[in-house]
Amino acid sequence: MAIQFNEHHFNDNVEKNVHNDFMRGAVASAQDHLYTKRLDAVEELGDWEQWRNHAQEIRQHVLEHLDYYLHELAINVEKAGGHVYFAHDANEANAYIRDVVRQKNAKKIVKSKSMVTEEISLNDALEAEGCQVLETDLGEYILQLEGDKPSHIVAPSLHKNKDQIKEVFVEKLGYDEQNTSEAGELARYVREILRDEFLAADVGVTGCNFAVADSGSICLVTNEGNAGLVTTIPKTHIAVMGMERLVPSMEELEVLVTMLTRSAVGQKLSSYVNIVTGPKHAQEVDGPEDFHVVVLDNGRSSILGGDFEEVLQCIRCGACVNTCPVYRHIGGHSYNSIYSGPIGAVLTPLLAGYDDYKELPYASSLCGACTEVCPVKIPLHELLLKHRQVIVEEEGRAPVSESAMMKLFEFGASRSPLYRFGTKVAAKAIKPFAKDDMISKGPGPLKTWTNVRDFPAPKEQRLRDWFETRDKGGNV
Amino acid sequence: MEQTQFLSTIAARLQRTANTTERPIKNWQHRPNAQHDARMTNDDLLTTFKEQCTRIHTDVVEATRGTLQQEVAQVIKNYGGPVSVWDDARFETYGLTPLLMQTLPQHDIAVYTWSNEKSREQNFAEANISRVGLVFSEYALAESGTVVLYSAEGAGKAVGLLPHAFVAIIPKSSLLLRMTQLSQLFRQRVEAGELLPHAIDYVSGPSNSADIEMKLVVGVHGPVEATYIVLTDC
Repeated sequence: MAIQFNEHHFNDNVEKNVHNDFMRGAVASAQDHLYTKRLDAVEELGDWEQWRNHAQEIRQHVLEHLDYYLHELAINVEKAGGHVYFAHDANEANAYIRDVVRQKNAKKIVKSKSMVTEEISLNDALEAEGCQVLETDLGEYILQLEGDKPSHIVAPSLHKNKDQIKEVFVEKLGYDEQNTSEAGELARYVREILRDEFLAADVGVTGCNFAVADSGSICLVTNEGNAGLVTTIPKTHIAVMGMERLVPSMEELEVLVTMLTRSAVGQKLSSYVNIVTGPKHAQEVDGPEDFHVVVLDNGRSSILGGDFEEVLQCIRCGACVNTCPVYRHIGGHSYNSIYSGPIGAVLTPLLAGYDDYKELPYASSLCGACTEVCPVKIPLHELLLKHRQVIVEEEGRAPVSESAMMKLFEFGASRSPLYRFGTKVAAKAIKPFAKDDMISKGPGPLKTWTNVRDFPAPKEQRLRDWFETRDKGGNV
Repeated sequence: MEQTQFLSTIAARLQRTANTTERPIKNWQHRPNAQHDARMTNDDLLTTFKEQCTRIHTDVVEATRGTLQQEVAQVIKNYGGPVSVWDDARFETYGLTPLLMQTLPQHDIAVYTWSNEKSREQNFAEANISRVGLVFSEYALAESGTVVLYSAEGAGKAVGLLPHAFVAIIPKSSLLLRMTQLSQLFRQRVEAGELLPHAIDYVSGPSNSADIEMKLVVGVHGPVEATYIVLTDC
């Protein structure tokens, strides 16, 4: 799976998802639940704004000195006995991982949840090698069974209900139809199946929540215990990280893990925070004998140093997704990207281009709720606005009707007699379309606007008329 | 791709040449975590720890060196056997060897000790059939109900992951408020040129997931249940 799910237009995806009542209900209740839990965790920690400021300055410092810290990371991973590979793009990353898998003659690969390996379609690349690749995060496993896509960066199977999941289990795993669709029973069933898979796996693949430059460690944050098993049982561990996901030392790691778990699910700490440094030591029995870190660029360097650099501060907590009113209504799949919600609307066009994603920056009411909750203070709604500016001014991709209307407005507004005439007749000309001073079905270029919201009908009295008559006791 | 070229691309975007030699100065303007270094007594920390454990589905048992053997036996009896344990000198130090080597086997509860003389597969197979995995915590974090485990020669990571129940012994003196204090220790060790353990695992209760309809399921891939035994006089 690359970033994109399908080739449908944004509007078609939205049209499909907006009528999915279960999904909309599930998203709304998840948002409410996670929002409240996050608020409790924020309040309990205290001094949240100071924590945000500190998290932001750490992320900005790392981006500013990314070359130094990546170099330091590479030295220390190697010092600990691991290997580091720098991959310019998905192809290079996949080719390296394929080579490691070939050398090990590995057939079974277990993975813990990782957005970056979704981004590079690693599963496809390894399956093409004849490997069996198993997602072990419960949500990802459910999606993998029927080739579905993640709809949330933290809770990927949010859009599915338990009965749908049971059906998939019956069909794909031989789950007894007489068993219930209770979440606990379904989860335990998967536990049994995957336990055997873990024990038989040759290679474990993980993402990397954060790498630590001065110790050469990588940190994995999970609740299910699967990352622990993926990094304990197979003889080879390959961690794939977006090149910006690192911190100088354990001290800064603590700050970002604190922000991540509280912002994502309102936990003080998730059930497992695994810090892995190199392969197992000589006399140890378990843990990998071979440890690889793949550092991935894949478009990130072209974001660095530009107008959108702040998006690289992201720690993938999903707090912006959990607060977004647009995501609430259209759901994750409408974004047609593994990165959904406000962060997806900013990041996806940068990584995958405007050709397929020029609508995403408009999938926002610019209410700023995302910016307010972001634990690393990414000005998300401002970046969405910036995208719109780029789309219109630099890319010249504004919708044709909008361009035509703007040109018409420019022509009229820059000629005084025409402007006076236009504003005078506007109220009369538009009157047949207005009802209760609002226009719901506008003509011509106004139609694009009124397709999604009402337009206020122009008043009979213009501002200039009112101003002129104001001192004469005119209509105020 | 060559590392040098990779880093040069980054430096070019930052409008300078690549810096791999001069350590950047961290000039933090905000230090919210410094204020968290509150002077809590060990008793306060234990109260906070126990309270948090009620929220993360984890039982806490208090014991002294005198009662430890009895408390461990009770916890194991509740969960049932077999038991997997680390090959760790602390079992001897805390007087648990007779329980593990004689009493439990006499009561038909098999005890498997992790061994680097046996194969990975054999060790995994034993841990996988165990009801209880018994380990020692290096540090415990009061605020989040967390125990911190280090991988080591006799300390198989799988002992804390594969068995049905996770049981950790925690000396009360190892309680810290939160990750902040421990991270400072790790940073100092790294700065002194020390190599960290291969695995440092922060474990807060049993494994869980809310991936199905956001309903919390306790016990997913790792342990289904958890008990912490706090040694109050150590």
